[in-house]
Amino acid sequence: MSFLVDATLVFLAAGILFYVLFGGADFGAGILELFLHRKHADEQRRIISRAMAPVWEANHVWLVLVVVILFVGFPKVYTTVSIFLHLPVMALLMGIVARGCAFTFRHYDTLGGAYYKSYSAAFSLSSVWTAFFIGVTAGATMLGRMDPVGSTFYSAYLASWLNPFCLCMGLFVVCLFAFLAAVYLCGETQSAPAQRILRRQGAFALGGMLAMGVGVFLFGNGPTFPLAQMFFTNRMSQVSFVIATLLLWPLWQGLKNEARSFRVRAIGVCIVTLVLLGWFAVQYPVALRTTVGDITFQAAAAPEATLRALLASLIVGVLIILPALGYLFRVFKWEALKQS
Amino acid sequence: MDLLAARWQMAISLGFHIIYASIGIAMPFLMATSYWLYLRNKKKIYLTLTKAWSKGVAIFFAVGAVSGTVLSFELGLLWPKFMEHAGPIIGMPFSWEGTAFFLEAIALGIFLYGWKRVSPYLHWTCGLLVGIAGVTSAFFVICANAWMNSPAGFDWNGGNPINIDPWAAMFNDAALLQGLHMVVAAFQAVGFAVAGLHALLWLRTQFDLHLKATKIAFCFAAIASLAQPIVGDFAAKSVARRQPAKLAAMEAHFETMKRAPLLVGGIPDEATGKTRFGIELPGLLSFLAFGDFDAEVKGLNDIPRKEWPPVAITHYAFQVMVGIGTLLALFSLVGLLFLWRAPKKFESPTLLKVLVACIPLGFIAIESGWVVTEVGRQPWIIYGFMRTSEALTPRPGVIYSLALYALIYALLSVVSVFLLTAQVKSLHKELR
Repeated sequence: MSFLVDATLVFLAAGILFYVLFGGADFGAGILELFLHRKHADEQRRIISRAMAPVWEANHVWLVLVVVILFVGFPKVYTTVSIFLHLPVMALLMGIVARGCAFTFRHYDTLGGAYYKSYSAAFSLSSVWTAFFIGVTAGATMLGRMDPVGSTFYSAYLASWLNPFCLCMGLFVVCLFAFLAAVYLCGETQSAPAQRILRRQGAFALGGMLAMGVGVFLFGNGPTFPLAQMFFTNRMSQVSFVIATLLLWPLWQGLKNEARSFRVRAIGVCIVTLVLLGWFAVQYPVALRTTVGDITFQAAAAPEATLRALLASLIVGVLIILPALGYLFRVFKWEALKQS
Repeated sequence: MDLLAARWQMAISLGFHIIYASIGIAMPFLMATSYWLYLRNKKKIYLTLTKAWSKGVAIFFAVGAVSGTVLSFELGLLWPKFMEHAGPIIGMPFSWEGTAFFLEAIALGIFLYGWKRVSPYLHWTCGLLVGIAGVTSAFFVICANAWMNSPAGFDWNGGNPINIDPWAAMFNDAALLQGLHMVVAAFQAVGFAVAGLHALLWLRTQFDLHLKATKIAFCFAAIASLAQPIVGDFAAKSVARRQPAKLAAMEAHFETMKRAPLLVGGIPDEATGKTRFGIELPGLLSFLAFGDFDAEVKGLNDIPRKEWPPVAITHYAFQVMVGIGTLLALFSLVGLLFLWRAPKKFESPTLLKVLVACIPLGFIAIESGWVVTEVGRQPWIIYGFMRTSEALTPRPGVIYSLALYALIYALLSVVSVFLLTAQVKSLHKELR
């Protein structure tokens, strides 16, 4: 049983990781659009549209996978989140709808002008909004202020997430997504000015990530939730922290050196992966913290027959999906990868 | 109050999503047909049509995909108790649906942006794959809904499910017929809407492309419409066997009797347990429900009041669905005869105008059908096991989220219609 739970968690973790690495970068592209260089705005929008259009629908499906695994494999986690994080999850959903529609509508807008502008605005603002609430929701699952017994409006709807820690987490995720988008997009264009802008944006986003990371550790340090202590006593998060920090130097070199966008991409992916690994390590085996105690994945897991069937489906699903997904990326991303 | 608001929110969300999902099911097949015609006889007009339709697919797929994702969360937000119990039992089709949806998104990406990057026949296969994956996802999602009508694969132990068998739950008694009924309905509704829309555009512009489009779409619609009465009959028989209360509400049938009459129209009165002004066709309900004119059909009066679905709504919705279904089937027969025997007459303005009038009918029938399924299942969320009121979120304020979602869906509908008109305009510019 414990093996089944852990095996399912591997898929869950992979789903979250891929959603961040692929879907997150799509949100990041929307975030970057808020900071366009006036002269190169149209060019940058074109680069983003061209890079995102063929793959964003597929990237979005990782989230569906995460939701399905939670819902089927860990129903208690799923329902607790949907009840006690009602508002941030709702906000997240609104953002997802607005972002997806705005992007598609802009892409198929044949009239241009004012409509193009408003679709663009909706696309960037909802990207920031959604990324922020993804971070807030993730933060709230760690912090442990979800209050199953509270009865006031504040305790029921706001206490779990309206606090400096979760807000920092939200901003951290915004910066992280923007960072990913900037380093990916570096490889999607040959134009020197666009490259320069993207590298600068990547550096800024990285700075934001570091600043917000400090904030996360500062505010996540209550008596019931000593994040720093938990983080630095866990072997895996220690290791991932050290490696990620060491990678910052070659990343910085890469961002300064115009020629090496492949290296920048690879290091960017590594850093983000390590950040997530550190988070998973701190979180495991707890799924959610609440005011009346922790809910572990083990305790929240579905019965054995369900986990078995879920795992079987996931394995078969992966065997079908991965080749198809590989082909999709080969068709649309191979050229860019070779050039970089 | 909260219960009503939550049910309305589900109704609006599902009612919105089903339109986009239906388009996602049927439209790729139309697109692939047109593309096939182009690949076979290299007439440019079919390529233009394929591209025009593919843009429609992209717009509707995106909106359908995001509204579907939202639905998966909404279920948890509004009905946490249901999701907690149902998840382990009926989650299986959702994970398969996820896989199908993934494939659909990948194939669509390759189809929309791979015109010059992959070989024509592989490209065509991707287009077809979008449709096949769409149909498959629809089947899986409907498996889950069918399970709410026909729960299977678990034992109920004082409010908790034990001995869970996810595969038995997925392949429950209602799944196959309900899925088939919906997929056929999608082809019917989308086929007629597209045929009607292009008929309208042809009447206005006389572009040959629109006539070709009308014919392709009509063929799909007509075949589906002729198949639907048969599928629908099987589906109704399955309801009669499993959910007597739903069947009784559909027919506004109050008294248990043998040789029960089929009711056409009529105003049911729940207080008195009588239905006025209906036309009764003797014995036909017994025959349609059980294949025997003398079979006994259970009436609502023999079902405890607390387990009645809202009778009037279910009855009216059923009448609308069956009425439209019959009309479309008859019209399909006529249209197909013309197309086969006298193609010129098919192009007559009168016939095309009738087609224009059919644009919304299929969708109205789909919505009515879902009203029958969902309202007719009340007061249960899991038929016979869990009441809808037990599953409701303990949080107050559902009404605000209802208002918000209604607003968003209204906005999305307006924008998608607006975009569609813009696409048509630019297509016409291209044709001129």
